[in-house]
Amino acid sequence: MTAPIISFKDFSFQYDSQTEPTLRHINLDIYPGEKVLIAGPSGSGKSTLGRCLNGLIPQSYPGKISGQVLINGQEIQTSSIFDLSMQVGTVLQDPDSQFVGLTVVEDMAFSLENDQQDQTTMRAATAKWAETLDLQNLLTHRPQELSGGQKQRVAMAGVLIDNSKILLFDEPLASLDPASGKASMALIDKLAHTEDLTVIIIEHRIEDVLQQPIDRLVVMQEGKIVANDHPEPILRQSLMAQLGLHEPLYLSALLHAGIDLEDCDHLDSLAELTVPNLAQRLQTWAAGVTLKAPVVHTEPLLTIDQLSFGYEPKRPIIDNLSLTLHRGEMISLVGQNGTGKSTLSNLMTGFLTPQAGKMTFDGQNLADLSVKERADHIGYILQDPNQMLSKTLIFDEVAAGLVLRGLDAKTIEQRVLATLKVCGLYEFRHWPISALSFGQKKRVTIAAILVLEPAMLILDEPTAGQDLQHYTEMMAFLTKINHEQGMTIMLITHDMHLMLEYTDRTIVLGNGHVLMDAAPADVLTNDAIIEEASLAKTSLYTLAEQNQLNPTAFVAKFVQAEREAR
Amino acid sequence: MQHQLLIGYADRQTFLNRLSGSTKLLCFVGLSVIGMMTYDTRYLIGIMLFSLVIFHFSKIKTREISFVVSVIIGFSVLNLVMVYVFAPHYGVSIYGTEHLLLGSNQHYFNLTTEQLFYEFNLLLKYTFAVPLALIFLMTTNPSEFAASLNKIGISYRVSYSVAIALRYIPDVQSDYRTISLAQQARGFEISKKAKFMTRVRGGIQILLPLIFSSLDRIEIISQAMELRRFGKGKHRSWYMAQKFKQNDYLALLVVAGLIILGIWLFQVNAGRFWNPFKS
Repeated sequence: MTAPIISFKDFSFQYDSQTEPTLRHINLDIYPGEKVLIAGPSGSGKSTLGRCLNGLIPQSYPGKISGQVLINGQEIQTSSIFDLSMQVGTVLQDPDSQFVGLTVVEDMAFSLENDQQDQTTMRAATAKWAETLDLQNLLTHRPQELSGGQKQRVAMAGVLIDNSKILLFDEPLASLDPASGKASMALIDKLAHTEDLTVIIIEHRIEDVLQQPIDRLVVMQEGKIVANDHPEPILRQSLMAQLGLHEPLYLSALLHAGIDLEDCDHLDSLAELTVPNLAQRLQTWAAGVTLKAPVVHTEPLLTIDQLSFGYEPKRPIIDNLSLTLHRGEMISLVGQNGTGKSTLSNLMTGFLTPQAGKMTFDGQNLADLSVKERADHIGYILQDPNQMLSKTLIFDEVAAGLVLRGLDAKTIEQRVLATLKVCGLYEFRHWPISALSFGQKKRVTIAAILVLEPAMLILDEPTAGQDLQHYTEMMAFLTKINHEQGMTIMLITHDMHLMLEYTDRTIVLGNGHVLMDAAPADVLTNDAIIEEASLAKTSLYTLAEQNQLNPTAFVAKFVQAEREAR
Repeated sequence: MQHQLLIGYADRQTFLNRLSGSTKLLCFVGLSVIGMMTYDTRYLIGIMLFSLVIFHFSKIKTREISFVVSVIIGFSVLNLVMVYVFAPHYGVSIYGTEHLLLGSNQHYFNLTTEQLFYEFNLLLKYTFAVPLALIFLMTTNPSEFAASLNKIGISYRVSYSVAIALRYIPDVQSDYRTISLAQQARGFEISKKAKFMTRVRGGIQILLPLIFSSLDRIEIISQAMELRRFGKGKHRSWYMAQKFKQNDYLALLVVAGLIILGIWLFQVNAGRFWNPFKS
């Protein structure tokens, strides 16, 4: 057997800034040519493990180390980041923040420039990788202008150009729409074979990574490795759900249908999955579930009539769009990156002014209201809570909007405390905001908006970057205010699972129009729309199709069963 | 809307675009220094005509620069007025003679030919430097900018930080916009409707998140750069660097000639000023 290319031996690490070790007694061998997925909830230490591979630990993040990590025979403590970068190429989570070059070709050549290569060598190398990654026509563009998938290919080119044999991806799917994510996984798989790479993917969206074969799944929890095996045995034991990770949807469907996972073969690959009498058992299950009539909301809240907007009049982003949102609805707004999902919500909140069209909110013409006045009706929560928080204490942050509206101190206190209770932040009311986790910060921003008592909330990617536990908490909270307060909620998202499980209505945006406006299950079973809006079929759809079931009904029944189980 | 406010590089297919960035930077710096030092009106008129002719060849359209130029003109006029207000006799003290045009020599504010002539020289300086600066900025590819700074001897780390800062301006602008609107929605009034102090306080509310998000950006980008070996060696090569061609040497030669002429004039005039009042 060949020697491992990466080897952790009883390795522990504690950041200087923390009181507890983040990694505890890690033993892990990765062999050349393997494709390894490292998964785990937030704070499980998976990103820290990645930092050990590329040398950011201990060089940029000092801390206490015991044990050993060898990368291709080099010990990380004695090698510089520069040495290790020849072995391990790292693609960071958000390619946007990692681009250094002003054009694609310069960004690709960046590491060669630092190696003082001459221009002829650089031209040859960039030409080669541009061809491999299909970037030839983009070389002179600014990386920021590209689509999500293209950006990731540029980031990959920038590290592959070193000919390093280990490629490390930190949450490669986080900033991609579903279709690009799928394409990206396929590309990584292809490169791993053609270039003989060892690939390590840190990601918690397991279903999406498993679209391509994985040799090994490493699951981390609280700084330890709790599972390290082929994906199949891990999936069979249903370890994922126990550890607070999303298991693939088709697995949940099998479980709903009462199928014992022990009977299944090829659990890690839906295409090859074999279960005795699968079709029959699924059909029996589906026949036994009666779909409840969906709750219909009919009272119009926001009516959009022939709205148009574009930064350049010739290229409208929103083009003659008409839409009615009803009071009490839970809506998902989906579509490709850059189709104007954020633009549309910015038009609603008054951050942007439309060139044509009319919006009526609860009978009131929105054009007559200022940004501040609209905020009393429509609350908008940005994806990054750090862009919204401006006070040091939670109470002050939530109270800020009311203070500025000139309310008296007593009313403010009452309303703030009531809101904090609804948001589950009451115990933290005297805490500094800096002590909160990302998810809690997000909840503070929601509280700061809710306190203004709007009739509608718009949330941009409410669950991005959160593990299953925080994700479920956040969504349970939003569902609660939707049900109890009749709050109309619109979620902007790329997460097909979120859209399917938590919303009643999906609006698909594309080319400035509404491409489709229907129940989530109908959207995700419509091939033409999936293609046009860069969405992705979920594994449920494929499972239904493979087993001669009506996909739309099957998906709807699955969602109902999941909601009842919650 | 916002795009027209900023001046920017475009490939305008002229010989100026094809000159290497370092050549343009050296020429710009050289001419500016000599132009700022000398008060020889004949020389200033000469290089002003020179820079206007070059500007004509650069094919930069008036539309692209109208905003910037009007701002510069505004400031120059203000500057000339202020020079007069604070030192109305400066021309007299330089040239040593006094030819009164208006007022009496007992008063603080009077107008002399010497003062007018001195301020005319200042005006010439602005007029020659502005087109040169615009040419340099608008015909030099930003990518080449860092390379050219490095080539004239500035360390590549500093050169690159300048380039990175330029590259992040649009990102920070859009962050600012997002944060500002989100805060306005909460009720922070920062428009002209509000009182000055309220606006200042509102501004701070935006600044705080902006600084934190910018610091995050800096941390990530510096890690990304380290992971690709930025800072490993004493030197680095540049993908976009251009080798000096015949035209570059020619341009440098012309500019060197102009500078030598300027220095020679210092000798002829026995100082920086050319004095037409002494006969």
